[in-house]
Amino acid sequence: MKKVKMNLISVSCLSLLLLAACGGDEDTASDGNTDTNDNGNGTEQTDGGVLIFARGGDSQGLDPGAVTDGESSRVTKQIYETLIEFEQDSFELKEGLATNWEPSEDGLSYVFTLREGVTFHDGTPFNAEAVKVNFERWADPDHEFAFRDEGYTYSVYGTLFGVGEEDVIEEINVVSDYEVEFVLNEPLGAFLQNVAASYFGIISPAALEEYGTDIDENPVGTGPFKFESWQRDSSIVLKKNEDYWEEGLPYLDGVTFSVIGDNSARLSSLMSGDIDLMDGLSPDDIAQVEGADGFEIFERVPNNIGYLGFNTEVEPFDDPLVRKAFNHAIDKEGVIAAVYGGQATPAKNAIPEDYLGHNDDIEDYEYDLDLAKELLAEAGLEDGFEFDLWTMPVARPYMPNPMRAAELIQAELSELNITANIVEKEWAVYLEEIELGYHDVFMLGWSGVNGDADYFLGTILHTDGIPGSNQTFYSNEEVDALLDQAKRTVDPDERANFYEEAQVLIHEDAPMVPLVHSIPVLAGSDIISGYVPHPSTSESLKHVSLTNQ
Amino acid sequence: MLRRIALLIPVLIGMTVVTFSIIWLIPGNPAQTILGEQASPQAIAELEDQLGLNNPFWVQYGSYIGDLLTGDLGVSMRTNNEIITEIWPYLAATMELTFFAMLFAIIIGVNAGIVSAWKQNSFFDYACMLIALVGVSMPVFWLALMEQWIFAQELGWLPTVGRSDPRAPIEPITHFYIIDTLLRGNFDQTITAIRHLVLPVIALGTIPMAIIARMTRSSMLEVLRSDYIRTVQAKGSSQGIVVYKHALKNAFIPVLTVVGLQAGALLGGAILTETIFSWPGVGRYIYEGISYRDYPVIQSGILIVATIFVFINLIVDLLYASIDPRIKY
Repeated sequence: MKKVKMNLISVSCLSLLLLAACGGDEDTASDGNTDTNDNGNGTEQTDGGVLIFARGGDSQGLDPGAVTDGESSRVTKQIYETLIEFEQDSFELKEGLATNWEPSEDGLSYVFTLREGVTFHDGTPFNAEAVKVNFERWADPDHEFAFRDEGYTYSVYGTLFGVGEEDVIEEINVVSDYEVEFVLNEPLGAFLQNVAASYFGIISPAALEEYGTDIDENPVGTGPFKFESWQRDSSIVLKKNEDYWEEGLPYLDGVTFSVIGDNSARLSSLMSGDIDLMDGLSPDDIAQVEGADGFEIFERVPNNIGYLGFNTEVEPFDDPLVRKAFNHAIDKEGVIAAVYGGQATPAKNAIPEDYLGHNDDIEDYEYDLDLAKELLAEAGLEDGFEFDLWTMPVARPYMPNPMRAAELIQAELSELNITANIVEKEWAVYLEEIELGYHDVFMLGWSGVNGDADYFLGTILHTDGIPGSNQTFYSNEEVDALLDQAKRTVDPDERANFYEEAQVLIHEDAPMVPLVHSIPVLAGSDIISGYVPHPSTSESLKHVSLTNQ
Repeated sequence: MLRRIALLIPVLIGMTVVTFSIIWLIPGNPAQTILGEQASPQAIAELEDQLGLNNPFWVQYGSYIGDLLTGDLGVSMRTNNEIITEIWPYLAATMELTFFAMLFAIIIGVNAGIVSAWKQNSFFDYACMLIALVGVSMPVFWLALMEQWIFAQELGWLPTVGRSDPRAPIEPITHFYIIDTLLRGNFDQTITAIRHLVLPVIALGTIPMAIIARMTRSSMLEVLRSDYIRTVQAKGSSQGIVVYKHALKNAFIPVLTVVGLQAGALLGGAILTETIFSWPGVGRYIYEGISYRDYPVIQSGILIVATIFVFINLIVDLLYASIDPRIKY
């Protein structure tokens, strides 16, 4: 009998070892089926291979117009294309499915010339009719492909172009097979930027017909990669589009988006070679990646604002002196070092630095506790006061560790005899209640989708955003007027002037403490070349290739 | 026996009330969560209406039960799919994981317990009980992270996360990957699937394994001291026959209780394990449901897991009766 037991133990041990041994050759097999050729600069360019891109969460859906989350557009960006595209590393516009576009004199109409010879993944041709169907689907709730009853909503379309009667796009006319005209109610300064947002990828009308409400799990676009399969919360597999219109692209045979929720597990997977590229690297882990051979860090251009907002309708924050005192009391550099691992730049305006209209002449409130004290004394609050500091319960790209940031701010304010009681609420409740104005001071942020200042200023600081997206309840008629003018102006220079002026007024009123523009960080294996992270967090992977050094 | 089965009905009804009420009581607006932080108020109001979130409690509960009775678990708000079809891959993933975790726990735990009792106070006994003590007190997530760090990252023996190699994904048939790969005759992938199972199975199975080992040992010790064992021994049977044939049967009843309880508890532990190992199981499904405020998914997910728990207990109770004829229901 003794033998039986020993056998059992040795069999278990043996099988463990065997399993471990089986792993040995798997890594090398990964990209083995690829042709290599020398590209001249010492490294070997590999045509093909499959890139494994891991992220923290799964996509909500793959209908680009019906999603709002970055994890969805990151994938739809590979499958779908927009009329206009952004440059690889900025929000500058370039040709996409359209090769030419011009606003009319009065800014009320745009004629897009479409690229010829482009076909959808299902083999049907891309043309003006397809553009019309897609835009009308987003705008008209009764459209046959709107699928409203099945829960489809086109939230970003509503935010950028307007809903129902507010919709700035009046009609869309098919001029010819490859020419389509957009007629607007009123000029919209950000019109072209909006059209280029990844949300407005063009779906094959035939596929809409075929799949109906299942379109978000059967995406059919014109992009460099075709949809292959999706296992929820596990992986989305894309294959190369052999008939892609751009000669020689894409380089990869395919892309697999894996979901690995836990940050440290994702990093372990990268380190052990199971994946090639990962999103959402914790600032604390940057040093580990930099210290390891064969890996590199990819930084995005900051395209967000993390801020501390005041409820400008409650005491004492209805007093600009108090709000300015707070602006002087917070050491942004200290917060960046402690919370962002240095991966952020201090903010002085509510829009990111390289945006059209960013006013660089504004001088930030310097970190100066004495000055803060003076301002508080002037407001009659030299003995200090107590308030609730609402802190986000979840990490966001613009705020990777909200609790640590709140504690730092709390400590700094205590030097002014101000007691900040940190309040944490469940995320959905948090968002709901700050819209209703239950807060004193709150933390939040905003990320751009189209590279336009209106998406920031017009949403979070315009009176129209109350109640809703303007949670500081900041309302200044002059600012509103400037933002409205900027929105309706087509000329970029004029728009920039309006925004710059508005920022001067906002800075003076100080409805928020702009804290940082954070730099989201990715980590990847150094066999990746041609990968350029886009500020919108969704980049096309058509220029990416894998090399063997 | 019939009474025991009839008892299920009030239990199941009670569960629907509880799961439904919990969801009702959670604060926050699901429409907001679904649409995200950058959604417009009109869109939120529109969605609330559409989802019937403005109806009173009993109306929503009534329609929920009505749907359940017709086998309709509702539609996921996140994906717009029927939950009853959508949940299967997740359920299969969890069942595969917990089955092997339980198998691991029972085989190692029962054998370690038997041998410890048999060789009481030997070195093996002390070593086993020390390991069991450590095993019981080790948090699942910590063990999981240590495994990942040592066996996946540092030694590179086993994969860190997931159910299959992302470079060679397994095409599911039944969604039990070991069965699927065997059905397809792709034995390399069977090995891959097993390799992915090892670390999560150990993480999930260690606590039940330790508890089962301790339970088996003490139960076995008690039985080994009883008169009938002495009689068997006096007849001159070998030690192995005494232990495995005569003693184990009686010692196994309390062990079975623990096995049943642990099988239920595994479903809870599975959520942590599934999260750390990115195992797309039902724990993850519910977890994602919660973070998206996906009411139907939370309700149905919890209900299904609770139902499984109830049935596991039923099976354990029925097994008692078959092992020990003195127990009747």
